[in-house]
Amino acid sequence: MTTFDTTLTPAELKLDISRLFLKKRLMGFALPAAVLVYLAYVFVAFDVLGLWEKASLENARTLVSDSYSYKTHVTRDNRNGAVSVSIEGERKGAYPDGTAPDWVALGEAGETTVIDLEDGHSVTFGPETIEYAIPGYGIVRATPSRSAGVQAELPAGSVPEWISVSKNRLAVKTGAGRLTVTRNRAEVFRYFAGWELFFFTLDSPYYGMGAGELLQRAATGEAGAIFQEFWTNKMWRHQDVAWAIAETLLMAFLGTIGAGIIALPLAFAATRNFMPFRALRFAMRRLFDFFRGVDSLIWTVVLARAFGPGPLTGALAILVTDTGTFGKIFSEALENVDRKQIEGVASTGAKPLQRYRFGVIPQITPVLLSQLLYFLESNTRSATIIGAITGGGIGLLLTQAIITQKDWEEVAYYITLIILMVMLMDWFSGWLRRKLITGGSGPGKRKAVKGQEGGTFLLP
Amino acid sequence: MADLTAARPGIEDIRQQYTAHTQRKRLYGGILLAIFVALMAAGFRTADARNAGSFADGFTRIFDYPAEVLAEASQKAAQLPGHVVHFFPALVETLNIAAASTLVGAVFGTLLSLLATRGMAPWPALIPLFRRISDICRAIPEIVIALVLIFVLGGGPVPAMIAIAIHTAGALGKLFSEVNENASLKPVEGLSSVGATWAQRMTLGVIPQVGPNYVSYALLRFEINIRASAILGFVGAGGIGYELKNAMSWGQGRYDEAAAIFLLLFVTIVAVDQLSGILRDRLTHGAKA
Repeated sequence: MTTFDTTLTPAELKLDISRLFLKKRLMGFALPAAVLVYLAYVFVAFDVLGLWEKASLENARTLVSDSYSYKTHVTRDNRNGAVSVSIEGERKGAYPDGTAPDWVALGEAGETTVIDLEDGHSVTFGPETIEYAIPGYGIVRATPSRSAGVQAELPAGSVPEWISVSKNRLAVKTGAGRLTVTRNRAEVFRYFAGWELFFFTLDSPYYGMGAGELLQRAATGEAGAIFQEFWTNKMWRHQDVAWAIAETLLMAFLGTIGAGIIALPLAFAATRNFMPFRALRFAMRRLFDFFRGVDSLIWTVVLARAFGPGPLTGALAILVTDTGTFGKIFSEALENVDRKQIEGVASTGAKPLQRYRFGVIPQITPVLLSQLLYFLESNTRSATIIGAITGGGIGLLLTQAIITQKDWEEVAYYITLIILMVMLMDWFSGWLRRKLITGGSGPGKRKAVKGQEGGTFLLP
Repeated sequence: MADLTAARPGIEDIRQQYTAHTQRKRLYGGILLAIFVALMAAGFRTADARNAGSFADGFTRIFDYPAEVLAEASQKAAQLPGHVVHFFPALVETLNIAAASTLVGAVFGTLLSLLATRGMAPWPALIPLFRRISDICRAIPEIVIALVLIFVLGGGPVPAMIAIAIHTAGALGKLFSEVNENASLKPVEGLSSVGATWAQRMTLGVIPQVGPNYVSYALLRFEINIRASAILGFVGAGGIGYELKNAMSWGQGRYDEAAAIFLLLFVTIVAVDQLSGILRDRLTHGAKA
């Protein structure tokens, strides 16, 4: 209006406008500045600098290298001179006695064993002395004994940082491998890329077989046995993992659908147009708010006390939380239904139940289905998290693998599976939603549904 | 023509066909429903069998724990305000985790969405790549990254913040790019005609159009992130969840602390829900003058 005010001179107008610009400019700077100040506060409050010191680079390195590689342990028991070879040092991955991979030349107990670490590196377990020949450096010798600890002989000169020597221990770390000698045993680690024993463990007859040969054998009637060997792999436990994923999906499915089934009738009681009693409507709405407000964390904790760990607890926790959310969404959808359709159905002489069935339900089905499917996908993720807390499904396996702090290749495997599972559910629920709601028609129609979704959408 | 009139079906035929059609439809619907119910029942039985405690047993005990907690809390009601004050810093930490991760996630989500929207992306060939990146970020549950980062960085709020921020970036990236698709490209064309760089085109041409929607979605995400950061605290990432875990592991005798935490968490979630609901309403429908 001010622009039409005749008393305003151009100079005043200019002043006005420049004031407006100044205000906008100030806002333009103030907002990012406020965000920056807040982030600086968080930086201090979270003690990020202190964290940087606390952070363990060593842990990060093991994590990364372990997740894509495995190590083979060659261990000599210094008390009796026996040498054993195993993958990741686990009994499940041990080579049978007297056998070894071809880079280990195994000697009888008390005789010489030569371990070839390639690139000129080699470790020799002698009857008494352990020798590590390092190209460009020399030979490191160590003689362990019960009485005198570990006596190490290094080439002349200062000790490099990748060797640590003490009275009872010698540790050498090179690019080719790692040697640790203590009083009781000498151990060599050699690293390889990949996930060893993923398909078959060492004790399986199919270990080390190529894909072609396996296919050939499968074709000649051994398919069942081959699958059995793979399925019961003790190292990677494919069977348990498959069950865990099934449990997680089951939690999401039971929780989401159960919540939908319970919330739908309750939602009628929370709407202005279907529930004439104000008190009941109000109570119902507060009940939904309560279910939503008590976080799924609290529900999980409370329900775990009653039902113990497992998929049922997770499913119920999802069910209770989502009942509140669905109740709210459905009741909003129900308040927006068109009365005319119900009147039309009623005019043909439909009984009340039929009026709901043919007058109301068809109107809210798209909202209902799209929300259900949307939550099914998001709850797959929640089920993983809840599983980690209550102890069920893939979440439990993941936390267990992380707690042991050494099976990082398994952690990487589980993470990959979880991501694939969630993405697959995302794709599946999207596909089903399009199929059910738009009948798979053109993109124009699809867009309309998207807009409608945006209106009722509550928790992604 | 004569053929047609001769073959014209009578009302009786139409009714018969219609009835058959309806019956077939009902039959399919019934079969689908039966399969669905069977699936639910089987799923429930499997879950029940694989659970430590059975549904029938647990059902009678659902209220035991809340009752115990409430009984003890009401006994020590005088100490409750003290506990609330004591745990308030932990609550602030949880809120900070949620707020910081929402901010960081929103920034990265904005970038991802601009890079993945046709007409705005500086490298159109890379649009599918950025889409996949935001899909993957969205698919990773926060707890996965948090647990791994706790191993590397040690416990504390930062792993939780990073974990939630990554998930938030993916989730907001998708929502934002849907918003972007509805934005007009004319300001962008105008700006490019006067030689604006990509960053200028985006900040001056796109962001003012989509700003309110972005803020609205970010607020929604903030609500969710408070819940998420409480949960991550439970696995060792600090904040109120961590205190809750401690208070619970003390067991009986310290339930008043657990009750105080439950109360704090509940009140905070409801308050933030209401506040952001009002704010979002104003952002999307304009202030009610």
